Amino acid sequence: MKCRVCRAAAAIDVRRHNAAFCKDHFLAHCWQQTRRAIEKFDMFGPEDDVVVAVSGGKDSLMLWDVLLTLGYRADGLYIGLGIGEYSSKSQHKAEAFAKSRNATLRVVDLAETHGYDIPTGAKTAHRPACGVCGLSKRYVMNQAALDSGYQVLATGHNLDDEAAVLFGNLLHWDVSALARQSPVLPATNGFVRKVKPLIRLGERETAAYCVLAGIDYIVEECPMVSGNTGLRYKDALTDIELASPGTKSQLYFGFLERGLPLLETAETAGPNGPADVHPCASCGAPTTAEVCAFCRLRHRTTGTGATS
Amino acid sequence: MEGPKQVAAILRELDVNPESVIVICGDELLTRDMQVADDALIELRPVISGGTR
Repeated sequence: MKCRVCRAAAAIDVRRHNAAFCKDHFLAHCWQQTRRAIEKFDMFGPEDDVVVAVSGGKDSLMLWDVLLTLGYRADGLYIGLGIGEYSSKSQHKAEAFAKSRNATLRVVDLAETHGYDIPTGAKTAHRPACGVCGLSKRYVMNQAALDSGYQVLATGHNLDDEAAVLFGNLLHWDVSALARQSPVLPATNGFVRKVKPLIRLGERETAAYCVLAGIDYIVEECPMVSGNTGLRYKDALTDIELASPGTKSQLYFGFLERGLPLLETAETAGPNGPADVHPCASCGAPTTAEVCAFCRLRHRTTGTGATS
Repeated sequence: MEGPKQVAAILRELDVNPESVIVICGDELLTRDMQVADDALIELRPVISGGTR
């Protein structure tokens, strides 16, 4: 295979673009796709202070690298989840990356700040680990970003992630979740602005970028993710993608262009979420219930406070 | 596995979806049309990750 740009030997092919790229032009392709997403969806500008949610995995480290390369003001935020050796290794990868780029990494440890870790939380709450993890991370990321004065929280969700979530939401006709599946959620009601700049890149591209850019990421999968439904949706879509390159992109970007506008005008929910958001009685964070879902989890896990 | 063999043939033989992995040899990536020498060591690295972020 030859590079589409310079005709040198290709390092990677991207079938949905019917193209292959050498190392240098592939890196440039990733920068261009990320910049295009940021600008098209008006995610943020060079004057904004961005914090990247960093897990030590390929997507978040790539995103951080690309934002720094493109000249944005981007720090990192790592959340210690207490998942044994996996968490230790992933934190080390995040710290090593920050050091290599002379960038600022903030670390919040879930057990130190909120009194539980993910394995304990899942066990005591009798809930799937991925659900407890997602709820905890969303809360801690939002609070940490607001407390530290960042205007934007960027996550490494890529095209595969978004297509799989969309697929799941469609299978269940979860209209409320569909209405919130925008790559930009504006700052409102105690929520920091959230953006997903990697939506134009698939997981194969983020992995290839890390290898070619010399980014050392944690390759092994989280030990608690086994049986995750999202992984099954990803596998199914990847099988379809093999036969019909571009399927994931058509599904997701077709939805953003033609489906989401219909839902945003519906009564179910707007891009900002339900209108009746008010402060949590326990922590003051925005919620639609009396006590937010995170506090209910925390109280149940640590045996403290109200449990309503 | 005996070589030389094309990457695409290796993936086919192992029943691996080419969209689900990158193929690494040293610090380089291999495309599907490349030949792998008999004594080469390659890594098929899964790219699909799950859970929540």
